[in-house]
Amino acid sequence: MNANLEAIKEEIIAGAEALASAKEVYEFRKKFLDGKTGKIGLLMKEMKNIPNEEKAAYGKGVNELKEWALGFIGELDEKMKEKELLARYEAEKIDISLPAVETAEGNLHPITLVRNEIIDIFAGMGFEIYEGPEIETDYYNFTALNTPQDHPARDMQDTFYLSSEFLLRTQTSAGQIHVMEKKQPPIKILSPGKVFRSDDDATHSPMFTQMEGLVVDKGITLCDLQGMLDEFVKKIYGEGTKTRLRPSYFPFTEPSVEVDCSCFECGGKGCKLCKGTGWIEILGAGVVNNKVLENCGIDTNEYSGFAFGIGIERTAMLKYGINNIKLLFESDIKVLNQLNDK
Amino acid sequence: MLAPLSWLKDYVDIDITPQELEDKLFSCGFEVEELYEVGKDISKVVVGHVLECEPIPDTHLHVCQVDCGEHGTFQICCGADNVHAGGKFPAALVGATVYATAKDHKTVEGVMTIGKGKLRGVESHGMLCSGVELGVNENMYPGADYNGLLVLPEDIPVGADVKPILGLDDWIFDIAITANRPDCQSIAGIAREIAAVLGKPFKAPALDYTEDEVTIENFKVSVDCPELCPRYSAHYVHDVKIAESPLWMKRRLQLVGIGAISNVVDITNYILKELGQPMHAFDYSTLEGDTICVRRAAEGEKIVTLDETELTLTTENMLICDGVKPVALAGVMGGLNSEIKDTTTDVLFESAKFARDNIRRTSRAVGKTSDSSARYAKGVDEYATVMAMKRALHLIEELGCGKVSRMHADVNTGNSVNPHELSVSINKVNAVLGITVPNEDIVRIMTNLCFEPKIDKDTLTLQIPAYREDMEGYQDVAEEVIRMYGYDHIVPAFMPTAQVTVGGENLQQKTELRLKKALCSTGAHECIHYSFFSPSDLDLLKLPADAMERHAIRIMNPISEELSLMRTTLAASMINAVSRNQKKGNLEGRLFEIAKKFIPKELPLTEYPDERQTLCAAVFGEKESFYTLKGIAQKVADVLHVSFSYANTTKTFLHPYQTASISCEGVEVGYLGKLAYDIAEECDLRVPMYIMEIDLEVLSQWYGKKAVFTPLPKYAQEQRDLAIVVDKNVTCGEIEAVMKNACKYITSIKLFDIYEGAQIGGDKKSMAFTVLFTPKEEAFGPESVDAFVKKILKQLNKAIGAELRS
Repeated sequence: MNANLEAIKEEIIAGAEALASAKEVYEFRKKFLDGKTGKIGLLMKEMKNIPNEEKAAYGKGVNELKEWALGFIGELDEKMKEKELLARYEAEKIDISLPAVETAEGNLHPITLVRNEIIDIFAGMGFEIYEGPEIETDYYNFTALNTPQDHPARDMQDTFYLSSEFLLRTQTSAGQIHVMEKKQPPIKILSPGKVFRSDDDATHSPMFTQMEGLVVDKGITLCDLQGMLDEFVKKIYGEGTKTRLRPSYFPFTEPSVEVDCSCFECGGKGCKLCKGTGWIEILGAGVVNNKVLENCGIDTNEYSGFAFGIGIERTAMLKYGINNIKLLFESDIKVLNQLNDK
Repeated sequence: MLAPLSWLKDYVDIDITPQELEDKLFSCGFEVEELYEVGKDISKVVVGHVLECEPIPDTHLHVCQVDCGEHGTFQICCGADNVHAGGKFPAALVGATVYATAKDHKTVEGVMTIGKGKLRGVESHGMLCSGVELGVNENMYPGADYNGLLVLPEDIPVGADVKPILGLDDWIFDIAITANRPDCQSIAGIAREIAAVLGKPFKAPALDYTEDEVTIENFKVSVDCPELCPRYSAHYVHDVKIAESPLWMKRRLQLVGIGAISNVVDITNYILKELGQPMHAFDYSTLEGDTICVRRAAEGEKIVTLDETELTLTTENMLICDGVKPVALAGVMGGLNSEIKDTTTDVLFESAKFARDNIRRTSRAVGKTSDSSARYAKGVDEYATVMAMKRALHLIEELGCGKVSRMHADVNTGNSVNPHELSVSINKVNAVLGITVPNEDIVRIMTNLCFEPKIDKDTLTLQIPAYREDMEGYQDVAEEVIRMYGYDHIVPAFMPTAQVTVGGENLQQKTELRLKKALCSTGAHECIHYSFFSPSDLDLLKLPADAMERHAIRIMNPISEELSLMRTTLAASMINAVSRNQKKGNLEGRLFEIAKKFIPKELPLTEYPDERQTLCAAVFGEKESFYTLKGIAQKVADVLHVSFSYANTTKTFLHPYQTASISCEGVEVGYLGKLAYDIAEECDLRVPMYIMEIDLEVLSQWYGKKAVFTPLPKYAQEQRDLAIVVDKNVTCGEIEAVMKNACKYITSIKLFDIYEGAQIGGDKKSMAFTVLFTPKEEAFGPESVDAFVKKILKQLNKAIGAELRS
């Protein structure tokens, strides 16, 4: 082999010892293997000075050297890269016990969450969502709901009046009338919204949220109300939840019932949440009073219906274990941060 | 309503435990809110007979040997001044519970358990008790108010439990009565229901009495306002001897929370509780003109009520007057001038039905409530009105405190107190329930309710007693049937006869939810504030007198002035919420609310106001700026696939140079800006706050706009960074506008740096933009973008004097 070639090979072997980084390997490779300026590349240019009879051997020698150098430096490069990668990983060793970086995401209000959950359940049963006005007339809030001026039920609710005719609605039932005036059965609506009563303590807020449901169709009975409520409580409180109807009174339903569900905390055995009774009062309901249907021009010989009203705050408070209704309206970031469904 | 078990037992045989009765009442629609034994805190107290009683030297104490019958004989030390050998007193045994009293021996301070003890070195195994320590007063047992031992009669068996003797073994039911059943606002009314649910006869209270020949000639009752007083009856009683009522009556009144006064007054109170009919007794000697006249008060007319307050009335209030003067505020309170005194010898009883609404309003207007007004406000039926008078006269005789004359006056509007007939279809009753209740059960239930049912094929005919004013049709009958038959008979069904309907939210509801979720993704929490706010909030916002926001709807009867106006802006509630947060040390955060503001067309309201769905958002904290909030505004625009533009504006409550109006497609939809410093200071804000309001009612016209797909450019886009120097007051918006005008290929301009400093001169700033050029018809040639830049720079220079930064 040409001594020159041999010298280059030795130069490569010797030079490799000193290489400390992939970048140096790259430069080293360029120094020998760059097509134009590399030492091995230059050997090829020497070809014209080589005597003809030696050309073949010389060419073979250069090619062999080149092959060898490619392999040798390539290996070197691989090793160096591997070493560097390990070093880089090591340099980036972290303390995984340091606190997480928080991703700032806000929460929907618990009332919105509960409202959405209930809407989802009833939308699946074919209920449309209707939102009536918060400012109502006496007629829609009371009179049309079988609660005329002198009716004792008006005492059940302390009403905020805005004028002799207008008031802040005390119940989302007011929306029922608007819907029934415009639409003939079949009617299936869910009417969520803010309602107002002159009440202010730890469990009462002058503004709170109700969700009114109404079904009017042929042959609707108390059994349908019970069946639908059973379905509802199973979906919102879990499969094993049962309902219990007990007599009550609302002017716009007859018969009227309070609906209790088996305590989802203790399963009905009795605990602090259900005050030892095994049951939790969740909503009021009943068969729509004929007078209400008649007020809206619906033929009671053909149609009947049921209605129910759910208190959203109460549901939210039960769900999230909130003991003071005021917390829901104070917008304390520390409170809102905790109340989410994530 | 409070109902003692012993009293209920007067009218119906109750042979079940109080707890079982509670369940029965609950199942038929009467929730027992509380059930407790009268002497629930008292136990192991027996009749003790003091055999020996020796003073302990140098003390006020005595050491007694007390025979407690079967329980044994104990040594008990006692400090009462009336302890003596031979006396019988309540003896609390070791382990007994009684009330602990303060040093005055009168104020109850909780319950204590008696243990073995030593007083002044002498062992004591129990305690002799006073009335207070056992929770009884003079009305429950004579002598119970004495500040010493409660003295028990000599003939009482030693060792017997004292609770039955003192009436402490009774049970109190606190029952919630629904508004449709005013007839159950009385002990007898509840007993009637218990009789029905137990299937036992109801034993009506005795109503018999004997009238003598005494009368008052020419006595006359007139009712000038029959719309407010459908029935008024009066009866004269003479030779009255005012005295204490018997123990049984005093005890019963005590158990329902009424103190005894005197026999005649107690009778009226007793009947109020027993029959639910308020009664009034006038001292007849104070009445002038042998006349009772029921009329509306004159405007400004005055009366002094028996609690000695003078009230000024209006024509909305009703008065009971004699021939000359008002003697009672109808249904609310008697007049001081005609009250029953110890010397009273002639009494005129009143039993009347007054319109419930009138009494309720009067009671509220004059700020006076009484047991009577509270009862009238729930509605009184004429059946009870008639019955009550008879009962009062019966009790006058039973108590022997007067003689019943034959002078009776009754004015009525012709309403019958007899039962009325109601016929309904049994099929319809069952159709309400969705089950078929067997006819024999229907008959049994209706019979128990005293409805005297008759069935002829599908027709059920009932005789409805006058006190059941709520019974009008088949739905009412269905309710009566099912509450007595039991709701557990209802079989769940899932609307088998109903038609299928399509449910779900509409576009607006869906879009608002999307908007809320997008706002949450920016780190903002949703909050909900009251729909009402305070007039001072309008001042806080420094709104001028003629501002639209001041034209707010007022609540006539607000809880407080702070909650008296319907919101015309959501900003004030939001500023207050941020202030509350900062006061609690929450120094950064993002909040938003979507709620209605209420814009009246006219005040006072004559038509529905405009309820405008509005978004209010706020950010606060050292890291927040006008631009972080603007980012949230942009998020709103992105969600709706619209674009917002911003223009300088001012608001009375915002920073004059950091406030912008927000417009969508040229329509103004809201504003955003930094809270003014004086307001921030007033609200004790420690870090800056930025607020935005957007009218969603306006924005909703773009709800449902879809994102449109633009095909990706066919040819390569090119990007250039341009740094230009302009006068400080030139805005980014102006520069962008000029650029866009200068070249139609610009598809995006993004500011990435602003520099101000000595290098470029004090009145200048340097702004650096990344400008994106997108080819349209064909690819850009090698020099075309450079040509665009050149043109842009030329235009910038011409329009706003901008120079390329060297």
